[in-house]
Amino acid sequence: MFAELAMPLFDQLYNFAHWLTQDRSEAEDLVQETYSKALRGFSSFQPGTNFRAWIYRILRNTFLTSRTGLQAANTPLEVDEATETLAVTETPESIFLDHTDQKLLRDAIDALPLHYREVLLLCDVEDMSYKEIAETVGIPLGTVMSRLARARGELRKTLQDKLARRSND
Amino acid sequence: MTDAFSIKIETYLDGELNAEEMRAMDVHLRQCSTCSADVLAQLQMKRANKMAGLRYSPSPALRSKIQHKILRNTSPSWQRWLVIPVLAVLLIGCGLYALQIHRSSNQLYSELIDLHVATLASANPVDVVSTDRHTVKPWFQGKIPFTFSLPELTNSDFTLIGGRVAYLRQAPGAQLIYQIRKHQISVFIFQDKALSNAAAMTGKKFSFSTDGWSSNGLRYFVIGDASADDIQRLAQLLKSAQS
Repeated sequence: MFAELAMPLFDQLYNFAHWLTQDRSEAEDLVQETYSKALRGFSSFQPGTNFRAWIYRILRNTFLTSRTGLQAANTPLEVDEATETLAVTETPESIFLDHTDQKLLRDAIDALPLHYREVLLLCDVEDMSYKEIAETVGIPLGTVMSRLARARGELRKTLQDKLARRSND
Repeated sequence: MTDAFSIKIETYLDGELNAEEMRAMDVHLRQCSTCSADVLAQLQMKRANKMAGLRYSPSPALRSKIQHKILRNTSPSWQRWLVIPVLAVLLIGCGLYALQIHRSSNQLYSELIDLHVATLASANPVDVVSTDRHTVKPWFQGKIPFTFSLPELTNSDFTLIGGRVAYLRQAPGAQLIYQIRKHQISVFIFQDKALSNAAAMTGKKFSFSTDGWSSNGLRYFVIGDASADDIQRLAQLLKSAQS
């Protein structure tokens, strides 16, 4: 039962773990620990509820208690989330990326603060709903929306700057 | 009005607007070129993020390690129910087998002691009377389906009295009578295969001293009312004759 639910998520969990840790060896340790904890705690998982959100939450919480995770989580965000719940309203300029810009985009995602990077990956890469993201990260729905908007805004800005610098070179 | 829609474009592309808001957005996008261009740009960005995000692949070794871990930790729940009864059946089986061997051995020694006592009570305890092993051993030729070696007793307290054919569990064998002081000792030799599941026992049985062993497909038993030390010394002489 556990294997049937957990193993199809293995590739995605590893990908997410590597994005969080930014290191192969740490990502492998994180995934192993996640599966160990999930196995031990599987009896507490309620059938019919969202297994994906449950195991991603275990992975994220495990990461946050690691040395790398603690450092990343302690990086302050520029916005006070307690008061900021509205989405960003700036109008994005069009950014046309071809396949040679993949590295540029990956570097820009890597450079995002952890709290922005994780919601962006969960939404755009893992195709999670806002509700699933809220459940995984343990934040209100409004905060998911505002972090996503911030993440995308920062990403666009970084890419625009880099593309502009490249065209000036 | 455009602002009210533009701030919802991300939510629209993430599929998080409700049905009514989705319909209203679809109608607006057909009329507003600015919002349509934004939708296109953000959709491309979202797709680019998806492609860039699928970046890292786990090693096959990690997959295998985790699969093993899951197997190890999830299988005991059903294995336990299967393994425990199997082990219990095996243990009971082994116990019953050991008990059967013990009972069989006890029964065997009882029969041998009966043979020994009956022989000594007989008016003609041996069919071949001789102290010479070179006379006694050839006498058995054609009477039993195997041959054996007897020890030289020149420098020992033991004397060979003679021998006879004995039957144990329908199998023919040799019974040799030795004497030490006033005690007479029987040495029985049978084929191993005739006594398949009876173990050789050393010690006291029904106040008789006994010794037993297997060698080259033959089973030897030494039984008498002499001391255990005498029985073991004779056993040693017989063993050395076979090696």
